[in-house]
Amino acid sequence: MEINKILLIGNPNVGKSAIFSRLTGAKVVISNYPGTTVEFMQGYIKINDTRPAIIDIPGTYTLDPTSKAEEVAVRMLKDGDLAINIIDATNLERNLYLTLELLEKDIPVIVVLNMWDETKHKGIEIDAGKLEKALGVPVIPTCGLTGEGIKDLVKHLPKAKAKKIKCLTDEERWRHIGRIIEDVQKLHHRHHTFLERLEDISIKPATGIPFAVAVIFCAFWVIRFVAENLITYVAEPFFEKLWTPIAMKASALLGSGGFLHDVIIGKLVDGKIDYTQSFGVFTTGLFVPFAMVLPYIISFYLVLGILEDFGYLPRFAVLADNFMHRLGLHGYAIIPMILGLGCNVPGALAMRLLEGRREKFIAATLMAVAVPCIAQIAMIVGLVGQRGGGYVALVFSTLGIVLIVKGVILNKVLKGKSPEILMEIPPYRIPQLQGVIKKLWMRISSFLKEAVPYVLLGILFVNILYALNVIDFFSKIFSPILRNVWGLPEGAIAALIIGFLRKDVAIGMLGPLNMTTKQLVIGSTVLAIYFPCIATFAVLVRELGIKDMLKSAAIMLSVAIIVGGLLNLILRF
Amino acid sequence: MIISIVGMKPGEVGTVTDIQGGQEVTRRIQGMGIRIGKKIEKQGSHFWRGPQRVLIDSFKVAIGFGMAEKVFIKVERNGNK
Repeated sequence: MEINKILLIGNPNVGKSAIFSRLTGAKVVISNYPGTTVEFMQGYIKINDTRPAIIDIPGTYTLDPTSKAEEVAVRMLKDGDLAINIIDATNLERNLYLTLELLEKDIPVIVVLNMWDETKHKGIEIDAGKLEKALGVPVIPTCGLTGEGIKDLVKHLPKAKAKKIKCLTDEERWRHIGRIIEDVQKLHHRHHTFLERLEDISIKPATGIPFAVAVIFCAFWVIRFVAENLITYVAEPFFEKLWTPIAMKASALLGSGGFLHDVIIGKLVDGKIDYTQSFGVFTTGLFVPFAMVLPYIISFYLVLGILEDFGYLPRFAVLADNFMHRLGLHGYAIIPMILGLGCNVPGALAMRLLEGRREKFIAATLMAVAVPCIAQIAMIVGLVGQRGGGYVALVFSTLGIVLIVKGVILNKVLKGKSPEILMEIPPYRIPQLQGVIKKLWMRISSFLKEAVPYVLLGILFVNILYALNVIDFFSKIFSPILRNVWGLPEGAIAALIIGFLRKDVAIGMLGPLNMTTKQLVIGSTVLAIYFPCIATFAVLVRELGIKDMLKSAAIMLSVAIIVGGLLNLILRF
Repeated sequence: MIISIVGMKPGEVGTVTDIQGGQEVTRRIQGMGIRIGKKIEKQGSHFWRGPQRVLIDSFKVAIGFGMAEKVFIKVERNGNK
């Protein structure tokens, strides 16, 4: 039989993506929490002379899907030629349910006992040979993180055959599994390890909440420390010492003025380039992404990657469950929000794991309004921070209050109630340096490839809009809202227009407007709230549907008007 | 005596005897490994009707309060049958 499509299927958080990455060499994000993969990923493998596609399917516990991510899994199964069923060897019993369901289908199955190395630490002894006999299909022990057993797996791929056992009822399946487990698995008693004690400490409310506060505090401190040092000692010296002389020469060549000069170099301030004011494609256009945002991208994703791989996020979700219920969500919804702090796009994609339409709507609207991405955060810290750290705190606490108030209101207004959390809490695992670095690099390179071009485009666009007097035109139309409601200068409309494209550039555009501190605080807050950037918008339209997205957008705009207006009334400085 | 997961004390071990949810909820709970006949250990609960934590074999699950109320467990307690 010719194999064209191989499917990787298994429970959430069993290491499918790690195996996928080993088999195909493709780079994918791997973490230690259920639901890392929400879209199927495709790569290729070489077997003899063929190159079948391998598809990494989002995790599912059963073949009767309860969320959109699981629906994808079941749909994919129909056109596969071979299923590699990945099992967490430390959770054999529960994982086997899906295995039996797979064996009932007309598709060849190979079972992979992943996390084989962990069974030893956990006092679990599995007889893989006996399991192979009991299931009637090849069973291969592996360790996805180190690559152990992968060669063996590849060797077995061409030999797989469909088993097609008769369909069982739920009860029969579990009874069958019970018999298998009794035959192949032995559990030994062993002492609690340090990590297990830490697991308990970090999840019991009495100790877990202070622990969470400490984790958040440390995370922020490390993110800021790493980023500020990268900016002060690497990025700024690079631009000042190396780039400025080149740009100044180019400026002289271009005649120190005129349209072309203003697009490429920007306006000179006192005859010099000012990277936050000039707004040329090759000055501010490079300085914003590389010297202001990139250092924060690096430090944020470094810290996030370690927390993800360690397995902290699900515990945070359980601790936050109570609070999230007040907002109409359950604890798991905090994970997309945390991802959204990096970039709203992956945050929006992760919302697939939320069960219902109501939940997705609330989560998406809350994230788009009150969860600024790291690029935006970096710019707010860079720009508002110049006026004092307290003002940065003011912007973020305003967003925090908006998140809570809006969540509470949406929860009251929207019909239905929030579903309940039901989530496996994975064990802590010490993050592997190689894995952390690899994931960090993937995220940095996606910022370089997907965000930087838009920043440059945004700045080019700004210059063209100014040159064509489009900005002046919109300034006049919107000046009543800007001036009377928010107390902002007319010129801020340019930032609001560019904010659709890139929020970091938009915040940067507030820089040259000579605003008061109050205006700067209001401007940054409104920019964060009023609308998601175009990339997030596109994903949300796909995930929520155009109708819900329009409703959500209407809410965002009204919240921006109200919050900006309130700040303008209340703030006195 | 038979009580729900919510009624169990931290550290108490019991056997699942019944899951009284709708079909979909029951399937989800079972898919997570909590099913009739399984021994589970209550690990703790979170205040204000928060999630309940249980240990099944060697893995931990957080289950919402309302769902946990639907899962019934037979436990042995002194003085009770």
